[in-house]
Order: sequence, then C-alpha cells, then structure tokens
Amino acid sequence: MTRETVTVYVDGKPVSVGAGESAAAAALHAGLSYTRTSPVTDEKRAPYCMMGVCFECLMVIDGVPSRQACMVKVAAGMRIERQIGARELG
Amino acid sequence: MSTVCDLLVIGAGPAGMAAASTAARLGVSTLLVDEQAALGGQIYRNVESHSNDADGVSAADWQRGAALVREFRASGARHRAGTQVWQLDPAQEGACKIYVTDGTQADVIRARRVLLATGAMERPVPIPGWTLPGVMTVGAAQILYKTGKHVPQAGTWIAGSGPLLWLFAAQALEAGGKIEGILDTAPRSNFAHALRHSMAALRGRAYLERGLALQARVRRAGVPVIKDVAAIEAKGEDRLTTLRFRVGGRWRDVLASTLLLHHGVVPNVHATRSLRAQHRWDGPQRCFVPVVDAWGMTSAEAYAVAGDGAGIVGAEASALRGRLAALESARRLGVIDEQRRDTEAAPIRGDLARHMPVRAFLDQLFAPRASLLAPADEVLVCRCESITAGRIRDAVRLGCAGPNQMKAFTRCGMGPCQARMCGLAAAEIIAHERGVGMEEVGVFNVRPPLKPLSLQELAALPE
Ligand code: FES
Repeated sequence: MTRETVTVYVDGKPVSVGAGESAAAAALHAGLSYTRTSPVTDEKRAPYCMMGVCFECLMVIDGVPSRQACMVKVAAGMRIERQIGARELG
Repeated sequence: MSTVCDLLVIGAGPAGMAAASTAARLGVSTLLVDEQAALGGQIYRNVESHSNDADGVSAADWQRGAALVREFRASGARHRAGTQVWQLDPAQEGACKIYVTDGTQADVIRARRVLLATGAMERPVPIPGWTLPGVMTVGAAQILYKTGKHVPQAGTWIAGSGPLLWLFAAQALEAGGKIEGILDTAPRSNFAHALRHSMAALRGRAYLERGLALQARVRRAGVPVIKDVAAIEAKGEDRLTTLRFRVGGRWRDVLASTLLLHHGVVPNVHATRSLRAQHRWDGPQRCFVPVVDAWGMTSAEAYAVAGDGAGIVGAEASALRGRLAALESARRLGVIDEQRRDTEAAPIRGDLARHMPVRAFLDQLFAPRASLLAPADEVLVCRCESITAGRIRDAVRLGCAGPNQMKAFTRCGMGPCQARMCGLAAAEIIAHERGVGMEEVGVFNVRPPLKPLSLQELAALPE
C-alpha cells in the first residue's frame, strides 16, 4: 500500500501523517501528551473513543475552537492546537 | 442547497451499505450519508484502501466488507461522505427533514423515509483514572490501526472483555504491535451461564471457532493473559504511568503508558432517542434498544433502524437486517408490493436464522462484571462535567429518580457529549441505588442539535 502523506502543524510543530487520518490521530502521533484541558476541573484530557462519541478531542483547528478533532480529516498545512479550558464554537 | 430523496440511509457500515444497495436496486432513489471520509463504517473502516488486510486475521471480514462496497457502487445509490447528522425531524406531510453538516456548512435533506444504520459504540465503563491521557478504548486503537497502520507500542495493556478485544489484540500482534498483557475482566461464572445456550451456539460454530483461534494466537505470541480480573485502576499525575488491578483478592501494580479498555458494544441510540421513538431494556445485552418490528420499523413514523443500532447482532446479521428494512421501506414507498417483498425476504430470513442463535451464548460469555457497573464513589462517571458516582448516589438519596432529573441535581449529562458517555453508566448506578429495574430508571432525553454547531455553519442553511 503506498501511503500518501500530508504535513500538518501540531501546536506549531510540523508532522507528516497519512492523508486519510484525523486531526486527533495527528496530535497523538505528534506526541502531544494531552489535547485539551477540562473546562470544569482543568484536568488534562486526550482523545478517548476516536469515533465521535466522547467529545474529549475538542481542539482548535485552523483557528476554529471546539472542533471534534477525531472527526476532522487532516489537510495539508492544517493547524491543530491544544484547547485550554472552555471555548465557544466560533 | 437542499437535497431530496425517497430513502435516506444514515451510516455506511454493513447495515447501511446493504440497505442502500437493496433499495436502489429496486428503483428507490436512495442517498447514503456517513460521517467518515470513506465507506465501511467502524467494522469495515477504510476497507477500500486497506489492502494489507486482504490476508491475516481479518481476511474474511475484509472480503465481506469489500463485497458490500462493490455492490453499493454498482447499485446506483448516491453517497455523501463526511456528513454528520445534527437533527432529525419527525415525518410531516409525508417527508422528513434531516439536518446535516460537513463541518463547515449545514444543509437540510428532505426524504420520504429514513433508515438509521448508525451502529454501535463501545460500552463506557467508568474506572478510576479513565480520563487520564494514555487511557483510550480498544476501538480507538483499532481506528488508529485501520486508518494509519499504527500499532500499540511497548507499555500497552488491554483490559476488559468482548470479542473485539481479542480480535484487536490478534490484529495488533500480527502487525508487529506490542502488548504487555491482557486483563480479562469477564467473571469465571460467565462460562457456565453461557453453556446453557451451547446447543443453539453450536449452530453458529464459525463464531466460536474464530473466537478460540484469536485467543490462541494471542497466547502463542507469548502475551500474558490474566483471567478473572475483578478491578482495574489507571494511575498517574497528568498521564497514565501505572496500572493497578485486583485478581484473586490481591492488588498488583504494573508500569503502563497506554491502557486500552473494552467492555463490549451497545447500540448507538442517540438518533432514535432524539426522535422519542420507543425503547426497551435488553437484559442479556444490558443496554437500551429501539423497539422495532420484524422489518426494523420503529415507533417513529417513516423511520427504520437496522444493524447493531437495533440490538447487537454483528456485521453479517447487520447487513441482512439492513436488506430487510430496505425491502419494507421500498414497499411503504409503493415501489414494490407485499408479495415481492416477501419473496425477496425469504432467503434473507433463512440466512439470518443461522447468525442469530449464537448471540445468547456470546452475550453471556462476555457479559460485563457486575461490580464494574457499580464504580466507587470517587470515580468520574460524567467526563464532560466531571461528575462522580458519589454525587449521582447523593442525588438519588435526595429523591432523584432518573437521568433526566439528574441533570437538574448535578449537570451530569449536560456536557458536549450529551450523555453519550455517561448515560448508561449513570442509569445503572441509579437503578442499583434505588433497587429498581433499568426500565423504570430510563435514560437521558436527547435534544437537537446532536452535535455543537458554529454560527458560520448554520449561516449556510437554506431559509
Ligand atoms: S475522541 Fe471521542 S469524540 Fe473524538
């Protein structure tokens, strides 16, 4: 299988990932130890289900907060950032 | 822009693909929408590009998935990928309005009938530390494998029970992954209970043989399997570092960087709940399921459910149930008559009869351990709002009778996941605390939007 890749920026750091992967997968592969903090307790959280159920993967993608990163497919140049605390969907 | 079709199928797993193909072949104008980028659903995720799996432990699955995709492509049904549904309106004057989004623009689809094939999700079972980064589900790890060929690295443990756990372990090892050990939480007594269904199960021998073969593969690879594990805890400051578990009355600590949890699958009832369709408690499967007739028709006019979303039956039976629901949908749309429906349905029902008997056996064999469904007071149950089992119990003592009242008492279930994660677990705790059955406790009501939307997405909506 030939694997097409794209470069995305996870918290500013370039990472090369498979073209069919999600932004949450990219964050995990980039070694991001957590992807958001709980708006209620400030605890660190990370993607849990990877299939759109748990909403633990809320991240800032291309400047838009509270995107469900496991449901967003990566695209070349995409900026994927940690979300700290509560962020309204823009 | 709005789209019109006779039958809208939601979900492109085995049930959805089979249903859409069947309906389109009969001449029904059919649209299949799915939130993923490619056909396949969870079980056949990425099947079209996943050529590596053409051999190995999932070869038969892969072939079945690929055949369904081929059938769909040739059927004339349309496919809209990357589309999430956020509102389903009840039928009005012969049409249903379904609101969707591609993540940047919302849209509305008008359909005369809707067939929900939204499948299953892993049963959320709260344990201490399950919100720590480093803890995720077996299903999540399998998605990382199917979409990017990523396999578990050193420091990975798997815990829980269920067929998917063994399938993934075998898949991961075959692909060069590392698993430090498997903690099997199924109680030993499950086996004796399951044996009561063994005669029926023999008719589904293929399932049993496959299950045993997967377990044998894992053992041959030298992965320690620890049976009858009674409790699990994830420990760490900001990330998982230690896994604690209790077996034979003794606690053990091991180093861990990743913990993959799995406690079987339950129907994804979010859509049917939002329609206020009737649901019932399924005791053996320990989950709520929509009430459907022999064709998958729900109590909500013009809406059908097929596949694991109508009760867990597995991929093959799901595809068959998708076909039956499509036949009846076509009949109700006036495209075929009753006789044609029944003639086409007969062989499908025959096939279905081979897949169903083994279920009772599997349900018992992998039934979740009762003590895991009653987490200690300090365990977080609602991940979004950080509500513990103790606060849920306090609310019950103050007179809270069910999940919907629980929102007023605690905010449990009011976060972005809309109780998808805590709903069943909270209901179990309430039922246990009140000493009543799950039917009486019920589940959280679901209100649209089913996912948060941005103003910019909504701005694109017609009217
Ligand atoms: S990881 Fe669960 S919704 Fe994205």
